[in-house]
Amino acid sequence: MSRIEHIAQKAAAAKKKLLIPYLVAGDPNLETTSALMHKLVEQGADIIELGIPFSDPSSDGPVIQRGVERSLSKETTLKQVLEIVAEFRKVDAQTGIVLMGYLNPIEIMTYKTFVDEASHVGVDGVLIVDLPPAEAHDLHAMLRESEIDTIFLVAPTTRDDRVASITALCSGYLYYVSLKGVTGAALTDFGSVTANISNLRERTKLPIVIGFGIKDASSAGAMGQLADGVIIGSALVEKIALLADQVDQDAAVLSETTQVIAQAREALNKLV
Amino acid sequence: MINSEESATSVDPSRFDGPDATGHFGPYGGIFVGETLIAAVEELAEVYESLSSDKEFWAEYDYELKHYVGRPSPLYFAERLTDAAGGGKLYLKREDLNHTGAHKVNNTIGQALLAKRMGKTRIIAETGAGQHGVASATVAARLGLECHVYMGADDIVRQAPNVYRMKLLGANVISVNSGSRTLKDAMNEALRDWATNVDNTYYIIGTVAGPHPYPKLVRDFQCIIGRETREQSLEQIGRLPDALVACVGGGSNAIGLFHPFLKDESVAMYGVEAGGHGIATGQHAAPLSAGSPGVLHGNRTYLMSDAAGQILETHSVSAGLDYPGVGPEHSWLKDLKRVNYVDATDEEAMEAFHKLTRLEGIIPALESSHAVASAMKLAATMPKDKCIIINLSGRGDKDIETVAKIEGIKL
Ligand SMILES: Cc1ncc(COP(=O)(O)O)c(C=O)c1O
Repeated sequence: MSRIEHIAQKAAAAKKKLLIPYLVAGDPNLETTSALMHKLVEQGADIIELGIPFSDPSSDGPVIQRGVERSLSKETTLKQVLEIVAEFRKVDAQTGIVLMGYLNPIEIMTYKTFVDEASHVGVDGVLIVDLPPAEAHDLHAMLRESEIDTIFLVAPTTRDDRVASITALCSGYLYYVSLKGVTGAALTDFGSVTANISNLRERTKLPIVIGFGIKDASSAGAMGQLADGVIIGSALVEKIALLADQVDQDAAVLSETTQVIAQAREALNKLV
Repeated sequence: MINSEESATSVDPSRFDGPDATGHFGPYGGIFVGETLIAAVEELAEVYESLSSDKEFWAEYDYELKHYVGRPSPLYFAERLTDAAGGGKLYLKREDLNHTGAHKVNNTIGQALLAKRMGKTRIIAETGAGQHGVASATVAARLGLECHVYMGADDIVRQAPNVYRMKLLGANVISVNSGSRTLKDAMNEALRDWATNVDNTYYIIGTVAGPHPYPKLVRDFQCIIGRETREQSLEQIGRLPDALVACVGGGSNAIGLFHPFLKDESVAMYGVEAGGHGIATGQHAAPLSAGSPGVLHGNRTYLMSDAAGQILETHSVSAGLDYPGVGPEHSWLKDLKRVNYVDATDEEAMEAFHKLTRLEGIIPALESSHAVASAMKLAATMPKDKCIIINLSGRGDKDIETVAKIEGIKL
């Protein structure tokens, strides 16, 4: 059983919802990311999605784009992202780590080096936004070989006849994109989310988590009710942006930065 | 007798029939977009496929090309340019004479008709130099569609006249401030818009890049260039040409000229990339000459990226060639060695710009000037009975400010 499966099963048994924050590795710098990762666990994160910065993040809205730009202004590389995971694992063997990003940095590193390194440092899952299942076979096979989960997205536009091709390769959890648009957009159509999640439930036994548009305790609670967990990205990255100019990043400052995660945890815990 | 060396290098002609059903040209192409857009590109592929036998659709397209664009464009023997080069004969395929002044409109007319067929009411486009933006705004006006054009903030400053042109045509020009604030970032922003407004929006991509089926359908719409050239060559020269030369930004004018000749082994082909300040300086836009395969904007292709996989900023004197990727079919044709990919520097293009202007009274686009520069070099190596056809993809009116500025002339 993979670490993510283990985390999801344990949560389900305890009737607990998964809380998955997203942040961009290297935003505003690698040291802060490392410190933030531990702080996020303290605030109640079960799994962390660590964004691999890419120069052309065409599925992301302005908040995450700026996070990526801050990271790339320090020339953060995929190799360094893997190194922070290694550092994190020295201290924390419980929390799931999912690397999320775009394909090109991984292609350039080569699939083999990437998978070997990811496995070596203790990455649990990989989500590549611009790699649909039809193009994912080679990388998926290598990740599976190394017992790393490949996570895929389902969107409101995903046709029913396509879902099977996604769930066939997806493991760990299925990521439901709550809206048509990019990260950081406002979630307005709760009705369609409810209908689509129950439709998905009939097609897969995978845990389903909802991301895009969840920005506070109230939206986390509402989405958490429908799914097995929620992902919070832009609302956190927006706070991290305020750290960029701050020299003194002590524990209190980082608690303040990650407060939205603590609040979401509280809202999710109230659900059960 | 069969020359064993030649048959060893010649390629099975069926390899030029791509893409396959999933949009691949060999290892290149494909569909690499976020899940939200998958249904949209699949729908587009299905609709486009169903139109392949729809006589009415293609008759409408032909009608627009003839009466609105002004096709066929002439094949012109450039006698004085030929004398100056001193060798093979140089002919120009006059895409500069199209309505809006470039080949781009062949594609936008086709895609706008497609958008109408699909019941889409809102058009979006990305643009670098503004040529594709103008061609999109033009057909949107012609067909009564709402049009939004994404353009890098830096390009908006560099190409002010085209921005105003688009606005006159009723388009909304949206300034893109992210990333390098140029064409690739405009394309990212157009993809974001499409994901957000996917229900009513058609994205007109301006070149043979993007996810499948764009590289195929843009090519098909541009193939009118090569089909006419073939006929005109048989009529005017009495045979097929010996070589074809076209500039390569994303590669749409080049593939449009080349594709109908790919199976004619006697026809050599040269795709000319932007050498910028010189390949060795790193300041260029020549992914086929100096890049490596990767994934960007929906397809796998040769790209300019750094050792960590970040896309590099490019440089070319011509905004229309200033793009770090290239259409996937060109990547495949490079690997098959069917097309020779070469480069011309800013300086060589500028020199060719002046030569064509002075010798033939034709002011070429700076993009097309790259092809002219390369073709003149090629002609010099050929005997006088050989014929070279240059794709004169656009006219240079849009570039006169840029040229004047480089040469220190105040207009
Ligand atoms: C006149 C002209 N030629 C060539 C190009 C390059 O595009 P492509 O390589 O797709 O033909 C452009 C792009 O703006 C252009 O305006």
